[in-house]
Amino acid sequence: MTKFSAFYRSTTGPLLILLLTLGGCQNLPSSDNTSDLYEQLGERKGIASIVEDMLYRIVEDDRINQAFKGVDVVQFHRNLTDQLCQLSGGPCTYNGRSMREVHDGMAITDTQFNAVAEDLILAMEKNGIPTAAQNRLLARIAPLYPTIRGL
Amino acid sequence: MNRWLVLLLAGLFAPTTALADIGSRLWATGGVTTIEGSAGGGLVPWALLGSYASDNEWGGTVSMSQARVDDYTLSVIGAGLNWHNRVELTVARQTLDLDKLVFTLKDSFGLEQDELNQDIFGAKVRLFGDVLYSRWGQWSAGVQYKRQRDFTVPSAIGARDDQGIDGYISASKLFFAAIMGRNLLVNATARATRANQGGLLGFGGDRQNGYEVMAEGSAGVFLDRKWLVGMEYRQKPDNLSFAGESDWWDLFVAWVPDRRLAVTAALVNLGDIATLTDQQGLYLSLQGTF
Repeated sequence: MTKFSAFYRSTTGPLLILLLTLGGCQNLPSSDNTSDLYEQLGERKGIASIVEDMLYRIVEDDRINQAFKGVDVVQFHRNLTDQLCQLSGGPCTYNGRSMREVHDGMAITDTQFNAVAEDLILAMEKNGIPTAAQNRLLARIAPLYPTIRGL
Repeated sequence: MNRWLVLLLAGLFAPTTALADIGSRLWATGGVTTIEGSAGGGLVPWALLGSYASDNEWGGTVSMSQARVDDYTLSVIGAGLNWHNRVELTVARQTLDLDKLVFTLKDSFGLEQDELNQDIFGAKVRLFGDVLYSRWGQWSAGVQYKRQRDFTVPSAIGARDDQGIDGYISASKLFFAAIMGRNLLVNATARATRANQGGLLGFGGDRQNGYEVMAEGSAGVFLDRKWLVGMEYRQKPDNLSFAGESDWWDLFVAWVPDRRLAVTAALVNLGDIATLTDQQGLYLSLQGTF
C-alpha cells in the first residue's frame, strides 16, 4: 500500500463519510404532497379525533399530566386540531398564541417532549393513520422542538 | 451464559409495576447492543445511547449475541447503563471460538488454544443534539477499553499489546418520511484504534503499530416503528504481517416489538481472519431493556 493510499484510508474516509451523511442528507428528496397528508389524516374531523385520543392519553400519562393541569381542554383541543390541520396542509388557521409564548417558563424537558410525541403517535395508530402519513406529520412537527423546549 | 439468559428473561417478564419506569425516548431510539457492548447496530457504535432513558431518567440493557461465520463463532454478553441520556457505561465479554484455526496454530506455532476472550469496558457521552429532533442530529464521543485475556496467540502472530483503547466520535440522525414516507436512520462513526480484529488478536502489530482513524457507518429504514432494516460497514486496520485483515459489513433486520425487547438478525461478512478467508455467516442478538 502506498503512503498516499494509507493516508487516504486512515484520514479522508471517515471525514468524507461524516460530511456526506450529515451534510448531504439534509436535503433528501421526500415525496411529500401537502394536501395529500391532510386527506390521509382524515381531514379536520380525523385530526380532531386523533387529538381527542391524544388528550385521553395525556391525562393518564404521569410524565406530563401535571404540566397540563389547569388547561382549558376544549380550547386546547380546538387549537391543537387547528395547528395540526394547518401543518398538514389543510384549510385551517391556528389562532392560538405562538409556540414560544405558550411554552415560555414551563421548562419542558426531553422526557416530556418525548411523552407527548409518544401519545400523539399512539393516537394516530389508534385512528388507523398509515405509517407514511404519521411520519410526514412528525417531519413537520419536529422543527418545533427547539421552540417548545425554549432552546 | 445461562446465568445471563436467566437474568435477561427475568428482566423481560418481571412484574409490570417494575416496568412502568422504562424510559421515555421513542421506540428503537436506543439502538441495539453492538458486539463491543456500546449501543449501535451490530458492528458499529452509533451516537445513540442504550436503553430509553430520557433527560431525567435512568435505563439499562442486557444482551446476548452470537455471530457464526464459516470457521469461527463469536459470542458476546453485554450490559449497559444510561444516565439521563447523557452518559452510557457498558461492559461486554467476547468469546471467539477458533474452530478450524486450532489446527493452524498447532501445526505452525505449536500452540494449543481453542478460544480467545476479551473484555470491553465502554463509556459514551452524548455531546449535543437529539437523533429525532435536532437539525444536525445527535453527536456523541466514546471510548472502549479492551483487555485481551488470552494473549499467547495474538503475541505469537505479531501483536504488540494485550490491551488497548479505542476512541470514537459518532453522529446519528433520523430523517422523517425520507424514503416513500419511511424514516431513515443514518449513522457515521470515526474511530481511532490499534486493535487487530477488534482486539481479539491484540493491539498493534509488526506491520503497523500506531493509531489509525477508521470510518464506520450504517443506514437503515424503519418499515414501521417496530422494524428496521439496513446495512453497516466498518473499516479496519491491517497491522499484522501474519495475515491480512478485512473490513466488515453486514445486512441487518431489527425487530423492536416494544421498549423491553429487541431482536436483531444479520448476514455478516467479516472477510479474512487470521489466514482463513471470506468469513461469512449469521448474526443473532437478543436485548432486554429496563
